[in-house]
Amino acid sequence: MNLANLHLLLPEIFVLSMACVILLVDAYWRKCLHGIAYQLSQATLVGALLFTAFISVKEPVIALSGTFVWDSMAKVLKLFIYVITFTVFLYSRQYLIDRNLFKGEFFVLGLFAMAGMMVMVSAHHFLTLYLGLELLSLSLYAMVAMHRDSAQASEAAMKYFVLGALASGMLLYGMSIIYGLTGSLDLTTIAGVIAENKIEPMLLKFGLVFILIGLAFKLGAVPFHMWLPDVYQGAPTAVTLFISSAPKLAAFAMLMRLLVEGLGSLNVDWQGMLLFLSVLSMALGNIVAIAQTNVKRMLAYSTISHVGFLLLGMLTAKEAGYAAAMFYTMVYTLMSLGAFGLLLLLSHAGFEAENLNDFKGLNRRQPWYALIMMIVVLSMAGVPPMLGFWAKWSVLSQVVAGGFMWLAVLAVLFSVIGAFYYLRIIKLMYFDAPTDNAPVLKPSADIHWALTLNGMVILVLGVLPESLMTVCRVALS
Amino acid sequence: MVQFIFYLFATVLIFAAVRVITVKNPVHAALHLVLAFFSMAAIWLLLEAEFLAIALVLVYVGAVMVLFLFVVMMLDINVATVSEGFTRYLSSGFLVGLLILLEMVAVVGSHHFGLKAMPAPTPMAADAVVNTVLLGNVLYTEYVYPFELAAIILLVAMVAAIALVMRPKRWSKYVKPEDQVVVKAQDRLTMVKMTAEKES
Repeated sequence: MNLANLHLLLPEIFVLSMACVILLVDAYWRKCLHGIAYQLSQATLVGALLFTAFISVKEPVIALSGTFVWDSMAKVLKLFIYVITFTVFLYSRQYLIDRNLFKGEFFVLGLFAMAGMMVMVSAHHFLTLYLGLELLSLSLYAMVAMHRDSAQASEAAMKYFVLGALASGMLLYGMSIIYGLTGSLDLTTIAGVIAENKIEPMLLKFGLVFILIGLAFKLGAVPFHMWLPDVYQGAPTAVTLFISSAPKLAAFAMLMRLLVEGLGSLNVDWQGMLLFLSVLSMALGNIVAIAQTNVKRMLAYSTISHVGFLLLGMLTAKEAGYAAAMFYTMVYTLMSLGAFGLLLLLSHAGFEAENLNDFKGLNRRQPWYALIMMIVVLSMAGVPPMLGFWAKWSVLSQVVAGGFMWLAVLAVLFSVIGAFYYLRIIKLMYFDAPTDNAPVLKPSADIHWALTLNGMVILVLGVLPESLMTVCRVALS
Repeated sequence: MVQFIFYLFATVLIFAAVRVITVKNPVHAALHLVLAFFSMAAIWLLLEAEFLAIALVLVYVGAVMVLFLFVVMMLDINVATVSEGFTRYLSSGFLVGLLILLEMVAVVGSHHFGLKAMPAPTPMAADAVVNTVLLGNVLYTEYVYPFELAAIILLVAMVAAIALVMRPKRWSKYVKPEDQVVVKAQDRLTMVKMTAEKES
């Protein structure tokens, strides 16, 4: 047994042990220490952040018999995942208290889901990749179903579970085919065996197709997107916020590990498949979103279109393209945090802000939050100087550099179509009179400042995007 | 001989698997699933994976399916609503399934996976190290990380099941003396003024 580099796993070990501690503490002292699970979870995230930040290894290290890898991409993505999860828990607190969902289980399952993401991000083996994915998905299914008295949430959880199981089946079948052909589960070995060109390419493609279908299901790319709008709409908004943010980073890492590190020499094959998925996602996501009146559903379709953009960066099959895709994913999670965070803030006990009309006249009631929402929405639409513009720009410039001029034109075209429904929110907030006399909300100070910071990050990084871009470029080089 | 046993169990396996989804009675479906697991275990034995075969029988047939049967018997499943739409989607589903099957056979059929392309491994000598020892050697050493992760997934399943199903006991009525002593007469009885109503 080789435990030489066990210290690289300290963040994972810490998070998982703390999740078990929180489980016990919450079971026994739930009554006398109110909200202890929440505080401990946040402390865990801060602790994991410190552990990860202090591990400084220059070269990629593969530990534990090839099942675990530590490289700069894993480090950056993990740090980002902690920050995102911390913010998700913070935004969700008031919403959960109002709906009687403020229980230890929510935070424990959230931590377990995050541990799954960490495993996926630094997986170097089909087994760990799959187990990390299952750990993440199982926790998410339970979180969606947590609001037991809501029929909508149960239905969403059911759909998510069944389709998620189907996707896992596809992924596993593809992995088993590749394993059968190469005789290894280790990504480096697989890449080495494939590079020798001794295996019939048709069979490798066969395995690749199934792996890609599984990935597309998990990402929510068209035509494997059917679960996404229903789950986003049906789940409690706090859970939707979680699903739409941090797991996308893990999904990006999974794409990188499987397609680039494992099956990198098949790039000619997966480029075409990703092209197909990407164009369809951008088209359907942007066009169908126009017809939605439910904001959560609309943002779900917007997610689909953003996934299309992410895949655009991947399909260039170059390092700069991957860096652009990583940058896009990070920016997307920031914007999604902002949008769903505001939805959470506008909801209060007995009222769920989820229709477009709930935004009517927000400027007159709450000018500050209307401003933040405007920043987020403009960023999603890709209007300069917001961060979203630079994300789109970096992906598109790589697509053009890769020689897919027509694809870039198509992507811009769909973005322009998408701008319509983003701008409609701004119109509702600023130019329409409020329909209901909803009370002026007074969120607690930490949520207020977190949201403000969220908006400011999108604005300030939009003016100075180079720092985050450099981080992505360095992480992948 | 081995070939004959393989085809026998493979036929039983396919038959049982088809019956699991076509049979009307859910108890029968569960029993067919048991049969499917059992034939699968027999095929694994032919592959000299005796530990896995026995684990499949012990864990799935012995524990999981028995629990499953209990659940199925306790639930009042309405067969009519479950199988609703079965015939409606049968033709198109059958066509799509057949198409996928044909395509898959074309790729992974005997042309690429036949004995010529992938020769059968030589069987191990009778006195070689047994399956269980080999598994035990790597499970806690080489695969310790995936092993721990699998354990965590089981823990998540447990937490999720409890979080989704357990409800605090609301039906138990108990006395709270500290509330009783501060109660006032008007808390117990409220007088409501109402206008007299006449029968029309």
